[in-house]
Amino acid sequence: MSLTPRLPGSRSIFPYVFGGLFLIVLADSWRRAEVNPGIFFEPEGREHLWRFVTGMYPPELSWEFLELMVRPTIETIQISVMGTLIAVVIGFPLGLLATSTFSFQGILHETEFRNAGLRHGLKVCLYGLARALLSLFRCIPEFVWAFMFVRAVGLGPFPGVLAIGVAYGGMLGKVYSEIFESVNERPLEAIQSTGAGRLQIFFYGWFPQVLPNITSYTLYRWECAVRTSAILGLVGAGGIGQQIQISIRMFNFHEVTTLLLILFALVAGADYVSAKVRSLL
Amino acid sequence: MDEVRALRAGARDRTRASTYVMLALLGALFVWSYQGSEIDLGLLFSADGGGAIADYVKRLFPPDFSPKVVAEAVVGAWETLAISLVGTVLSAVIALSLAFFGARNLVYSGLLYEMEPRRRFGLLRRVPYLAAKAVLNFLRTIPEMLWALIFVFLVGLGPFPGVLALGVHTGGVLGKLFAEVLEDVDLQPIESLQSTGAGKVQILFYGILPQVLPQFISYTLYRWEVNIRVAAVLGFVGAGGLGQRIHIALSLFLEQQLLTLLIALYILVTAVDYLSAYLRRRAV
Repeated sequence: MSLTPRLPGSRSIFPYVFGGLFLIVLADSWRRAEVNPGIFFEPEGREHLWRFVTGMYPPELSWEFLELMVRPTIETIQISVMGTLIAVVIGFPLGLLATSTFSFQGILHETEFRNAGLRHGLKVCLYGLARALLSLFRCIPEFVWAFMFVRAVGLGPFPGVLAIGVAYGGMLGKVYSEIFESVNERPLEAIQSTGAGRLQIFFYGWFPQVLPNITSYTLYRWECAVRTSAILGLVGAGGIGQQIQISIRMFNFHEVTTLLLILFALVAGADYVSAKVRSLL
Repeated sequence: MDEVRALRAGARDRTRASTYVMLALLGALFVWSYQGSEIDLGLLFSADGGGAIADYVKRLFPPDFSPKVVAEAVVGAWETLAISLVGTVLSAVIALSLAFFGARNLVYSGLLYEMEPRRRFGLLRRVPYLAAKAVLNFLRTIPEMLWALIFVFLVGLGPFPGVLALGVHTGGVLGKLFAEVLEDVDLQPIESLQSTGAGKVQILFYGILPQVLPQFISYTLYRWEVNIRVAAVLGFVGAGGLGQRIHIALSLFLEQQLLTLLIALYILVTAVDYLSAYLRRRAV
C-alpha cells in the first residue's frame, strides 16, 4: 500500500507478520471483551431488545414532560458555552507558553543574547511546565474530571463546566500551540524591520495570523462540548444526560426517544451555528 | 478615486459594525450561560474549596503500587485495550458495509452511470443512498456513553456492551468518513479502466479500492486512538475496563489506587498513540 514503488521480489514480510500478530491479538481481545453476539438470540436478550425497540415508540410528547426538559436542555447549552470559555481561558495562555517560538526562541527573542543565562533557563522551564500541565489536563478523561469536580463542588452544572473547561483546555492548548508554531515569520520580520517592539510584533504580525485558525478550532471544540455536556450528566454534572440516565434506568424508553430527539436538535443546531460563524470569518 | 475610497470606507464600517454586533451577542451569550450554569468560582478559590482540592491532591500521593492493585490495573488496561480493538474492528465492518451505499458516485450518479440511458427509476435509485446516510447519521449522533447505557440494558454488565457501543457509534463516524473518501475518488484511473471495457465491479476493485484503502486504514487507526480513550471511561456506566475500576476507586475514596489506575491509563493511551502513528506510517 506504500506509495513508494517497490521492486517485485523485494516485498517486505511486514504485512504477514503484522497480519498474524493482529489476528492473535484480536482473538485474545475477543475472549477478554467477552464478546457474545448469541445473547441477542437467547430468549432473555430477545425480550430486552424487543422491549427496548417497542418502548421507544411513540416518543413522550406530553406537555408536562417537555416542560420539565426545557431547563436541562438550556443548561446543556450553557454548560457547553461556559466550559468552552474556561477552556479558552486555560488553553490560550498555556498554549502560548507551550510554543517554543513564543516562549524562548525565534524572532521575538532574537534581540536578546542567546542563552542569556538565567532568564533563558527560566523561559525554557516555563515552556516545559506549560506542556506538562496541558498534557495532564488532556490525558484525564472529561468523565473523571467531572466526577472529581462533583466531589469538590457538589452536583449540578458547575462541575460539568469545570470538567469541560479543564479537559478541553488541555486539548485547545495543544492545538493552539501547534497553530502558533506554524506562524509565518516573514510578516513578523517585516514588522520588526520597521522598528516595532515585541508587543507590536505580537499584536500586528502574530495575532492576526493565528486568529482565524484558533477561532475555527475553538468553534469545532464547542460543537464537541455540546455533545459532551449532554452526557456529563451521567455522573451528576447537570444537563440532559442526567435525565437520559434516569429514563433508561426507569425503563421509560419513550422518554429516551424524546431526549435523543432533543440531543439531535442540539447537536444539529450547534453544527449550524458554528458553520455559520465560520463562514463569516 | 474618491468614490472607491468611499466604497471601501463603507465596507470597512459595515464589517466593523458586524464585528461589534457579533461581539455583543457573544458577550450576552456568556452572561446568560454564566447565570444558568451556577458558576461559583469563589468556591474554588475560597479557603474551603481550595483547601478541599489541595487536600484531595495530597491524598492521591503516593500511588498505590502494591502487587494486587498493579495487577488489577494491568488487567483493566488489557480489558480496555481489548474493548477498543474489537470495538474498532466492529466499527470498520459496519462502516464498510454501509459506506459504499452512502457514496453518491457509487450508487446513482457520476462517471459509473454516465453510459446508462436516462434512468427511469431516478428517485428510487437514491433510496439506498438516503437510507445508508440516515442510518449512519443515527449511529453517529448518539454518543458512545449513551449507546453503552442502552447496551448495558440489552446485554447486561461487562465489557461486551462497551464493544457494541464503540462499534456502533464509531461505525457511524467511520461510515461517513469512508463515504466522503469514496466520493472524492480520483476519476482518471476510473476513466482509463472504463475505456478498457471494465465493468462496474472491476472498476470498484481495480480503480476505486486501491485508491481509498490507505485512507480507510488511516481513518480507522485514528479512530482507534479516540476509542482507547473512550473505552477507558465506558466503565462508568458499567461497561468494563479501566473505567469501571476508576469509577470504583473514585466512589470508594481509594485515591491512591485511583492514581495508579490513572497512570496505567496514561501509559496505555500513550502507547496506543505511538503504535497507531507507527502503523499509519507503515500502511499509508
